[in-house]
Amino acid sequence: MTPTASTPLLAVDDLSVEFGASRVIENLSFSVSAGQTVAIVGESGSGKSVTSLSIMRLADMLGASYPTGRILFQTAAGEIDLLKLDQKKMRSIRGKEISMIFQEPMTSLNPVFTIGDQVAEILKLHEGKSNSAALAEAKRLLDMVRLPDAAELLTRYPHQLSGGMRQRVMIAMALACRPRLLIADEPTTALDVTIQAQILNILRDLQKELGAAVIFITHDMGVVAEMADDVVVMWKGKAVEKGKALDIFERPTNAYTRTLLAAVPKLGSMTGEEFPKRLPLTVLEDGEPRLSGVERIQNTARYDAAPLLSVRDLVVRFDIKKGLLGKVTHRVHAVEKVSFDIHPGETLALVGESGSGKSTIGRTIQQLQKATAGNITFSGKPLSAMSMAERHNLRRDVQYIFQDPFASLDPRKTVGFSIAEPIRTHGLLDNEKEIAKTVDALLERVGLTSAHARRYPHEFSGGQRQRVCIARALASKPKLIIADEALSALDVSIQAQIINLFMDLQEERGLAYLFISHDMAVVEKMSHRVAVLYLGQIMEFGNRRQIFETPSHDYTRRLLSAVPVADPRRRKPLAMIEGDIPSPVRAVGNEPVLLAREEIAPGHYVARSA
Amino acid sequence: MAAFLLKRLAQAIFVVIAVTLTVAFAIRLTGDPALMLTQGAGSVTEADLVRIREGLGLNEPFFVQYLNFLKGIFTLDFGNSFLGGTPVSLLIGKALPATLALAFTSLIVSIVISIPLGIKAATTRGKWADQMIRILSLVGLSFPNFWLATMLVLLFAIALPLLPPSGMDGFESFILPAVTMGIILTATNVRLVRTTMLETLRSQYIMVARAKGLSENAVLYKHALRNCAIPLITYFGLQFGGLLGGIVVVERVFNWPGLGTLAFDAVGARDYPVLQAVITVLSLMIIGINLLVDIAYGLVDPRIRTE
Repeated sequence: MTPTASTPLLAVDDLSVEFGASRVIENLSFSVSAGQTVAIVGESGSGKSVTSLSIMRLADMLGASYPTGRILFQTAAGEIDLLKLDQKKMRSIRGKEISMIFQEPMTSLNPVFTIGDQVAEILKLHEGKSNSAALAEAKRLLDMVRLPDAAELLTRYPHQLSGGMRQRVMIAMALACRPRLLIADEPTTALDVTIQAQILNILRDLQKELGAAVIFITHDMGVVAEMADDVVVMWKGKAVEKGKALDIFERPTNAYTRTLLAAVPKLGSMTGEEFPKRLPLTVLEDGEPRLSGVERIQNTARYDAAPLLSVRDLVVRFDIKKGLLGKVTHRVHAVEKVSFDIHPGETLALVGESGSGKSTIGRTIQQLQKATAGNITFSGKPLSAMSMAERHNLRRDVQYIFQDPFASLDPRKTVGFSIAEPIRTHGLLDNEKEIAKTVDALLERVGLTSAHARRYPHEFSGGQRQRVCIARALASKPKLIIADEALSALDVSIQAQIINLFMDLQEERGLAYLFISHDMAVVEKMSHRVAVLYLGQIMEFGNRRQIFETPSHDYTRRLLSAVPVADPRRRKPLAMIEGDIPSPVRAVGNEPVLLAREEIAPGHYVARSA
Repeated sequence: MAAFLLKRLAQAIFVVIAVTLTVAFAIRLTGDPALMLTQGAGSVTEADLVRIREGLGLNEPFFVQYLNFLKGIFTLDFGNSFLGGTPVSLLIGKALPATLALAFTSLIVSIVISIPLGIKAATTRGKWADQMIRILSLVGLSFPNFWLATMLVLLFAIALPLLPPSGMDGFESFILPAVTMGIILTATNVRLVRTTMLETLRSQYIMVARAKGLSENAVLYKHALRNCAIPLITYFGLQFGGLLGGIVVVERVFNWPGLGTLAFDAVGARDYPVLQAVITVLSLMIIGINLLVDIAYGLVDPRIRTE
């Protein structure tokens, strides 16, 4: 995929974008040619999404103005400056010449119109097709993005489709009029890795077929390495480095790029290590990347001690009522006979894709959800034998950290109040002065300052909010923390800091973690043992080396191979798992087959196929 | 669907019993209709009063009276008015269409005005058009309905004799009462449309619709409006109940021959059968509207349809 024309299809030249008085893009220049993929990478607030919306002139609707620059686009009628066009002319370019795929497939499609109508709409608009011709073409497009039963899909509504299917519909819609430029804004961020692999493959194949130029916006260096010819690294609204993908990855010159690359967790980087390792962070100091912090082997798991938590044959099912009298016709088999132990000081990771039941297990342990069958034992005492008061105390010993740090803090309460709440609820301290002192100490422990206690959640960045959530979890001096995708919403540099914070706290306090994640690279870095879940059952269980170095179940291997690696030299055909992740919803009476597990090495269990 | 309708029917029966029982009981606390009827009739003996009560069926115990009334609902025989002895069903039959016509005209007037204005306000958020619309809506909200009705009559029927001041006689007579009700409804509806629209316009699929190259009107009126429908329909449905309450006053001012006027006169005369029947009809109407609202949900939103 080399540039075919000497003049680039789109050239952004000295672009600045302002919202009111704040300038979010400053003097940005880059270009993309037909058949070429340019990746714009950066963390939140770098201005990468505003760049794409500015090219589409959709940023206008959000109140953007363009004090400097040009966006030159080659059309059949010659070169035009997109910034000089009025919205009416832009509308004839949008969707036809330049189209866009958005990040959130779950909310990108209009919930009240059928898939067919939404894809046909763009064909009717730009190509003047009749309704029936447009629908026929829509079917062909759905086939093209490898959606099964395209004809039937036309009459379906978005909520009946999975995230991966919706994103394919979006791609079909974006490619409907054979645009010459496709902007993909984080198109796979919200998807599971196996589905991400499918979408990336489809995008790559279709680009080859149509010869379109692609601007790929992402924060995921692995995806960049898979997809990009050229890379633009953005930081705080500026392009700090531009170049060929290989050069950027192997010979980054800019300090920020180097810091960013250092923070990216790389799958396989821990090969040969017995234990997780706390690694020093690369931080940007006076414009230079510096290593900061200690390196320490995280040998904290006390396997000699009795398990802190034992889960035996846990089953969680949800009834689905349908029909006249609300009879249960289907059940969600979220968790099926899952057993594991967590020892003090251990990090056990639960990995799996959507619908694997990993979050349900966490919620059941935290008593946010009732088990259908099975036993949960904490410090030797079964949950079922506990009195109300003991169960209440268990909530103090087990704390939960959620994925979305913003949604899990009360926006109308100061963070100090939120952190103090577990202390008050469990009556740990009754003296206001003592409580305030403890809150200050907790804030300082997680890397904030005591002055932060009086502020409100919206005054913090995402990473700081997650620190607040960690401080709140620590407030009741728990023994086990359940971290449910607690790092997923964070930028990689912040992620690296929080990983170290988790490890330091474990070392200090002997905390055990149940680490729920879909991110294999982070799991490799953090965990002592790993359970791979698929449709509510454990497919493979073992220590970190067993899972990552000798993965023995087919599903584990596919999951690992679907992870894009942040190295353009190791670009590979991404492992394809065809079709969707199967649904855990089953008709009553149609029970799933329970897979027997076999111990292939000490502590390494693999499910036998049914 | 059948199960849903059955459930609704059971609900309706419960609501009608609860409402009518309360009304029948409460109105009997207000005094004796026999005394009311004989007011100013000169010398009335206790025997006369007893005879009148027997004639009206008021000598029976309360529960027997109530059961008779319930039986009447099924045969559409609500008894006769204490005033003049006209069958109540006849009175209702005349008043109901007048009220319905006025209520629906007002609701339609308000929807037709408030949707474009609400959308305009949402798309020009914070600019002068939005400010103007919000100020006007606040002014509209501040009018008491009887005052607004009187002012409109003063202006358009007396100062400028363009429209009839009262009564129901042809299209012109609809204008003043419908506008009175419409202005008050519109004032709240504009705000509701504006808020739901602002919420919807933040959705990703609106950005996607714009990215397709659709015109702003197609984005707003096709993609956004349909998604606003659920909260709007819910509110319009709820509003209908309030509308029926407000209509009693407005009908009175315009001397509109509807249920409101009928109820007003019946309260004054302690005309139990008429009042009980009017209340029953009103509660049935509100139940019916809520049913229509539920059915409409399914029509506009496929997510509800398939559940």
